[in-house]
Parts: sequence; structure tokens; C-alpha cells
Amino acid sequence: MSAAADAPARGRALTAEVPRWRVTLGLLARTPTAAAAALVLLTVVLVALFDDQLAPAGPNDVDVQARLQGPSAEHPFGTDDLGRDVLSRVLLGAQVSLRVGLVAVGISLVVGTLVGTLAGFYGRWVDSLLMRLMDVLFAFPALLLAIAVLAVLGPGATNAMIAIGITYTPVFARVSRAAVLGVREQVYVRASRSVGASDARLLLRHVLPNAAPPILVQTSVSLAFAVLAEAALSFAGLGIQPPAPSWGGMLASGRGFLEQAWWMAVFPGLAIFLLVLSFNLLGDGLRDVLDPQQRSAMEAGRRRIRSRGKAEAAADARGAA
Amino acid sequence: MTIENGGGDVLVSARGLKVHFPVRSKGLRRRQVGAVRAVDGVDLDIRRGETLGLVGESGCGKSTLGNALLRLVEPTAGTVTFDGTDVTALDRRGLRSLRRRAVMVFQDPYASLDPRIPVGRTVAEPLEVHGLHPGAQARAARVAELLELVGLDPGVAGRYPHEFSGGQRQRIGIARALAGEPDFVVCDEAIASLDVSVQAQVLNLLRRLQRQLGLTYLFVSHDLAAVRHVSDRIAVMYLGSVVEVGTAAQVAGRPRHPYTRALLSAVPVPSPGAERGRERIVLRGDVPSAAAVPSGCRFRTRCPDVFEPCPVVAPALADRGDGQLAACHLHGVVGERVPADVAEAGRLP
Amino acid sequence: MSAQTPQPAPQPAREGARQPVLSVRDLRVRMGTPRGVAEIVNGLDYDVHPGETVAVVGESGSGKSVSVMALMGLLPRTATVTGTAEFEGRDLVGMSDAQLRTVRGNGISMVFQDPMTSLNPVLTVGRQITEGLLAHGDLPKRAATERAAELLGEVGFPDPRGALDRYPHQLSGGMRQRVMIAIALAGRPRLLIADEATTALDVTVQAQILELVARLQAEHGTGVIWITHDLGVVAGIADRVLVMYGGRCVEDGVVDDVFDAPAHPYTRGLLGALPARLGPELDAEEPPELVTIPGTPPLPTDLPPGCVFWPRCPVRSDPRCEREQPPLLEVSRPQVGGRPAGLPHRAATWCSEGRP
Repeated sequence: MSAAADAPARGRALTAEVPRWRVTLGLLARTPTAAAAALVLLTVVLVALFDDQLAPAGPNDVDVQARLQGPSAEHPFGTDDLGRDVLSRVLLGAQVSLRVGLVAVGISLVVGTLVGTLAGFYGRWVDSLLMRLMDVLFAFPALLLAIAVLAVLGPGATNAMIAIGITYTPVFARVSRAAVLGVREQVYVRASRSVGASDARLLLRHVLPNAAPPILVQTSVSLAFAVLAEAALSFAGLGIQPPAPSWGGMLASGRGFLEQAWWMAVFPGLAIFLLVLSFNLLGDGLRDVLDPQQRSAMEAGRRRIRSRGKAEAAADARGAA
Repeated sequence: MTIENGGGDVLVSARGLKVHFPVRSKGLRRRQVGAVRAVDGVDLDIRRGETLGLVGESGCGKSTLGNALLRLVEPTAGTVTFDGTDVTALDRRGLRSLRRRAVMVFQDPYASLDPRIPVGRTVAEPLEVHGLHPGAQARAARVAELLELVGLDPGVAGRYPHEFSGGQRQRIGIARALAGEPDFVVCDEAIASLDVSVQAQVLNLLRRLQRQLGLTYLFVSHDLAAVRHVSDRIAVMYLGSVVEVGTAAQVAGRPRHPYTRALLSAVPVPSPGAERGRERIVLRGDVPSAAAVPSGCRFRTRCPDVFEPCPVVAPALADRGDGQLAACHLHGVVGERVPADVAEAGRLP
Repeated sequence: MSAQTPQPAPQPAREGARQPVLSVRDLRVRMGTPRGVAEIVNGLDYDVHPGETVAVVGESGSGKSVSVMALMGLLPRTATVTGTAEFEGRDLVGMSDAQLRTVRGNGISMVFQDPMTSLNPVLTVGRQITEGLLAHGDLPKRAATERAAELLGEVGFPDPRGALDRYPHQLSGGMRQRVMIAIALAGRPRLLIADEATTALDVTVQAQILELVARLQAEHGTGVIWITHDLGVVAGIADRVLVMYGGRCVEDGVVDDVFDAPAHPYTRGLLGALPARLGPELDAEEPPELVTIPGTPPLPTDLPPGCVFWPRCPVRSDPRCEREQPPLLEVSRPQVGGRPAGLPHRAATWCSEGRP
């Protein structure tokens, strides 16, 4: 591990010549799973942007004659109980699901991380106050809380996002607080304080970046839950209002027809599955690529032996030393 | 009474310094039920340009004292003066300027560098915080200069900490500490985590930098041999209090306090012949808890020479006219007879 | 490299002529890593006799800890161990896990560096000592508790019975290490391996532990392998010393020979790097610069082809240094009545300095 630093010429340094984000993207692109995940997400985003042009039929073109038809050339994903084209509805639902997921998780990520970071960093009464508040939110069953919020705000897509966001805030608060507590005690934070760094600087420069990995993992997990929560809320009639298509809503309504028309539930379900999986894989990939040590291991691994896992590589290197 | 002796311009001085950590009861009310007296009434002067070695065993409060001098830990009582200013009374701005002039080098070179930040930016942090050498180019030039100063290739600024060995990381930590051109450096067990040959490199570097930059050091360490090597004067701590101070030769060569003598006799010497002929003073038992400090002399529970006044009166640091101070009732009685054998054992053939 | 120097007849340093309790020959450890094959231990030969202390010194990464973990079968499965290590006539290398378990804690015990993490925080001291007794012997529980108290008394607990019910967090570091030693002694081992056992302790506590081990060793005739980076500790306790660098033994011999006349440039560098003077003789003068060894140790995946120390050696001059591995050859041998006696002082260097 040390010899590399003795010979600056040896090995490629991640120096200022290449911008960091480009190196990061480059490494990400060379991680097969993360690259595939990014590709899927990109596709979903493109579909969400151009759904009008892509969808073969309107989302609410009811054709009762053709109801509950299996996949065919005309309706590749079949039709639902009102004879609407499932493919078109899946394509048009992409936007809704993506938006709900991103906005809801965005809310809980920002609010939760802020709360958790302040609680973990300042401790004492700040910690007690903020975390007890979070405990109260956490004590409610998630769905009940969301329904309660929606009961106050009124049903609708935007309010559903806010409700889901509030529901997941305590999780982020807890995860980030635990991570910040661990990092806060690190010597490098004390060292930075000892040369006069302000709290803001400590937080933004040292504490948050080092506390990020578990928060990142929580984000990708929560994205998955948010998409599913939207489904539950829509099912209860509180989320996306029918007839607007959403994957969650379609999955919910398809459940009643599982035996007659599996395609009604399976295709939106597959869409959710792919989206969630992609979020998770991309999250994992990002976490690895943003860790300088993993990063070097990845580069070294690529240089020497291409086939072995990077985590294993790092572990071995530590064991050998 | 003061510790000041033999003149010299004092840069840092502590008077009656105490750092107590409250012990709270469990449960909701969390009442304070006691205190860990980590530092318990320390008077100490550090002269400009000298290295004061601070030795003691784990838990004796030497690190807390070092932190309190820099106000990285808030003192419970007493004062710390840095270059004529009362550190304990500093406001936010004053504290910031103290942070530039008085810095710390930490023990663990693996933990003291942020793993996600290239080392060049770590070294540049004091420059950014204090607005020194403004401009990206000027800063990069200063960082290169600093890396060179501590014996590293300036080209490594873009690398991450894990790419360096322990010794190299410690050099980076030293470069960061020196970035703001400080006057006073607390080295808190700065070589404890390093291999022997690397320790020697870092010790030599610290001494070179002191000569080059006119630095004042507080060298906190449990390693008596290293402290002896780098220090002009040595202070010995036991259970939150300084029990002996004097020049390095006095304390390491002719120790007066029974604790110092026991400590010296326990240090293994890399010479089989000397080790065989050596008499160890093996102390009984463990160091008492800093939450329950013994009455009178705090060393009395383990002292081989304990007698009547020890449990009653706490001995003060007393000078016998040669600048070597010891806090012991036997000071002057024991001091006469013991040092020869200890000194003998400690010397290399 | 060891083949060129046949081992001398076993002749312990201070006990009578007895069979060695452990006899290691050409021990090698390799491990596959993404950066290539790591050659962590490269051909060690040594004997440990009853009642004798062999110190293995080296800096981090020298392979000193791995070399004993290999004996105990404590390495991950990715490691390949070759050579032989005969403990009381049985080869430890290649023993099955079940066979090793009968040796571990019974014939051979180990004490590790960190007494904070080596003990289970949720079990009482008594439970942790009796665990080993109950696993190996066929002692009834009551007798095991009795024996545990006896052991705690032996390692210097003032109130052994009371200590049985304590939890590790209630004990100081030194006391925890005493518990570890009590656990190690529980199976009446013939060989005790101490891996940086006093490194985490304060010097006064270290002095207590070293004294304790020396006393127990004298009483029971236990052979001891003491792994450390602290040359002062070595000087104090060892009969023989083995200096490791880059996974090789670069120098070994009776401790006085090695310390008084170090033959390998690395050993000389290591001794010179110590700020060792504690006497009064330096009253006014400026202490000298310490000798340093430039650079850092080689990576086990990237060992130099010749002498392992060559890249950092201050005296390299022989053309063979860079290309050819120097064998571990005799530097001197104690003479008694004109005939060689005792164990030789050996060094693996092409360097002629320090050779007769």
C-alpha cells in the first residue's frame, strides 16, 4: 500500500488534470452492474419525457369489447379490465412513479439528513429534542401516518409525495445520526477543528461526505419503498387519482385479476422491480466509486487481475499488511 | 509558587489548571454524582523555543492537558496564557487566531487524515480557514512548499491518505499543522503508532523543523526514551497532576520522585547486558481511578517509600535550588541516595 | 536458503540438553491477492526448547505475526502454508482443524496484543477460563472453577475468587492481560506464543507482566515465542532472537551476540534508530541525530529478487546484493574449550562487515 506513494510516477494518480466527476463517471461506467442500472434508469427517464410519442394508445382509451385480452401484436402487454392498453399505461405511468419516488425520497433525504446530522453533530439537548420528535413520527405505522397526512392535506399526487416524504424522514434521521455520530469522533474531524475550522466547514467538508455511504444506501432502499407506498396510497384512493396511470395503482388494481389476466399486474410489477433494482445497483456502485480506497482497489484490480472482486481485494490487501 | 525557573521567555503557561469531566447518574435526571479529575491543578511553563516533554502512563491526563492548553478541551478551572493572552477568556475571533498559532500533531496517522480528501487539500485546510496565501495558485505553491518541508514529493498532493504509509501520513499531518506558521506545536503521542525505524525519521524531522522554524513543542508521550531524546525539559504526570519537572538530564538521569524512578526502571533498554544487571522497581497494583483520587499524595497507594505524612498532606512541587522540582515528602531524603543505580541501568554500554 | 546450513544439534540456551518442544523448518506462507501472490513468510527455521524464550522481532509487515498464526492454523483459507513445524513430534502444518483444536489451548497457547478485544465482554472472567478447561480436560465443573481461581491467583490476582465473577470491563488493561495469561496457562501448555502481548500496556504494567511470564516459565519449563517490535523487551526476556524483515529471517542468534555485534545492516539500523539513552551523561550536549532507515519495507507481493533489504540498505556494495538471495550463514559461534558450543549467530547478508 505504501510503495505506491514512494514512486509518484508509478500508477495513475487522480490528480487535477482530469476532473473528479469525470473519473467517477468513468469508473462507474466500467462497473458492469452499475452501468446496466444507469442504462435502465436513463431509459425510464427518456420514456417519462417522451411518453406521449411512445405510447401506442392513450392511457384512458377505453375499449370494453377488448377487455382482459392477453398479450398480442396489437397489445403487447395485453389489456386491462376496461380494455385499456397496458403497455401505454406502463409507459405513461413511468413519469408518475419516477416523480413520486424522487420527490418523496428527496423530501425525506433532505429533511431527515438535516435533522439527523444536527442531532448527531451537536448532541445534548439538540439531539434529545430532534430525535424524540422523530421517534414520535416513527412510532406510527408508516401507512397510517401517510393516510393521516393525506387526510389533512387532501388526496392528490403532490400531497402523496409529501406524505410519503414525511413518513420516511425518521429513517433518514436515524441513519444519518448514527453515521454522523461515528464520524464526529474521528481524529480527522478533531484535527480539522484544531486548525480552526468552523462547524459549517467540519460538517460539509468532513462529516457529511464520510457519513454519506449508509445514507446513500438508505436512499436507494427508500426509493423502492416510496414507489410501493405510492401504490398502496393509490390503492386506498388517496394517491394518484384514477384514471391517471401509475404503476402502483395498476399493480393494485391488477391484483384482483391475477387469475384471469396476469399481465395486468405482472407488467407494472416488472416495471417497478426494474426501477427499484436499478436504483439499488446504482446506489451500490456510487458508494464504491466515491470511496477513494475502493477506487484505488478498482484501478489496481483492473490493472492486475481483472476477474476478482474489489471488496475482496481490499480485504486481502489489509490482511497481507 | 511557580514552576518558572532559570529564566527564559515563557510562551505558554498554565496556572492551577483543572479539567474535570462530570460523572452523571443513570436515568432521567442525570444528576452529577462525581467527576473524573483528568487534570487536577497543574502549574506549568513552556519556554519559547524549547521542547517540554510530558510523560506519564495512559489515563494520567497528559493528553487532556495538551488539549486544554490549546483549549480543544474546556478547562474547568485555572488559566492558560499563550504569549501573554489569557486563552481561557478568548472570544470566537481570538480563538481562531489561537488555532493558527498553536496547533496539534495527532497520534494515529491512519485516523487523523480525512480518507475522502486528497492530502494536498488536507494540508491546505489551515490556509483556507485563516485566509492565508489567497488564490488557487498561491495556495498550491504553499502546499508544495510544505510537503517538501516535511520530506515528501510535492507531486503527491492529489493522492489520497490510503496510498501512503504510516510515516508518510504522519509527515502530512505535520505539514498540515505547520501550514499556518504556528509558534507552538503539541505533539500528542505523535510517534506512538509508528514502527521503530519510522519513529526515528519523524523524531529527526520534528527536531529539524524546530531548529528551522523556531518552534516550541510540547511533546506528549508515554515513551520515556523518545521524550528523553527530544526534550529540553521533562514533566512527569501521575493521576492528573505533575509530580516532577526538570531538565531532561535531571529527570531522566537523577529522578527524585519515586514514581519517576519506577517509571524509568520499567523502561526496557535494548541491551541484554544492562537488562540483566538491572533492578526493577515493580509498582504494586493499578493506577487508582481519576474519579476517586487518594487523599494526600496521589501516588501513596503504590509508592514503595510511603510514610506518615503521605495520606494526610498533598506534597507541592518543591525546588531544591537546582531547578528540578518534585512533589514528594521524601524529596531531599530519597533524592540523595537512589539515582545512581537507576541511571546505571538506563545507560547503554 | 536454509538448506545450506544444517541445523546444529539442539542445545538449549540455559536448560539441559533436551528435545526442542517446537521445531520449525522452512516455513513459508503465501497468499493470493489481486495485486499478485503475497510471499508473507519465506523460509523460517528455528527451534524452541523447554524453558527457553525465542523472540521474533520485526516491524509491521515483516511477517512475524503471520508466521505464528500459520503454526496455529489461524490464517484465512486463502493462505498456503508449506514447510514443517514439529510440536512434540507432530507436524502442525497440514494438521486438520480437529487435530489442531486438540493442540490449541492445550499444548500450545497464545496471548494476543489487545486484552480489550480478546476477552468476551458479556462473559465473566471465571466462565472464560473454565470454558477452556471444560473443553479440553474431563474436569467436573466444580473442579474447573477451583482450578480457575487457582490460575488467577497464580497470575497475581489478589482476590482470585472474587475475580471469577467480574466482567472484563471491570478490570484494568494489565489485569485483563493477566486473565488472558491465566486462560493460556489453563491447559498447561508446553509452548506459549505471545503476539505483542505487552504492546498495548504501560511500561510499569508491562514490567509486571514480563516478570509474571518469566516466573511462570521458570516454574513450568514452558517454551515461549515472544513476538514484538520492542527491542528493549527482547533484550530483557529473550534467550535467542530472530530478526525478521520482508518475511525472511535476516539474523538470528543468542540475544547477546545479536545485540552486541549485529551483523545484518537492518538489525544495525533498527538498533541505531532507538533513542535509548536514559542516563545522566547527556547533561548539556545536544542528543545525536537518530540513525534512520530510508524508505519503507517491501510489499510482500513485490519482494526484490536479491537481498530483501537491498533497496533500503545503506552499505550495499556486493554485486550479488541486488540479484541473489543471501543464505543465512554462521557469523560466529560460541566456543567452549576450543570447540563450538551452543547455537550459532547467523545472518543473511552478503555484507562482509561484522563477519569474522
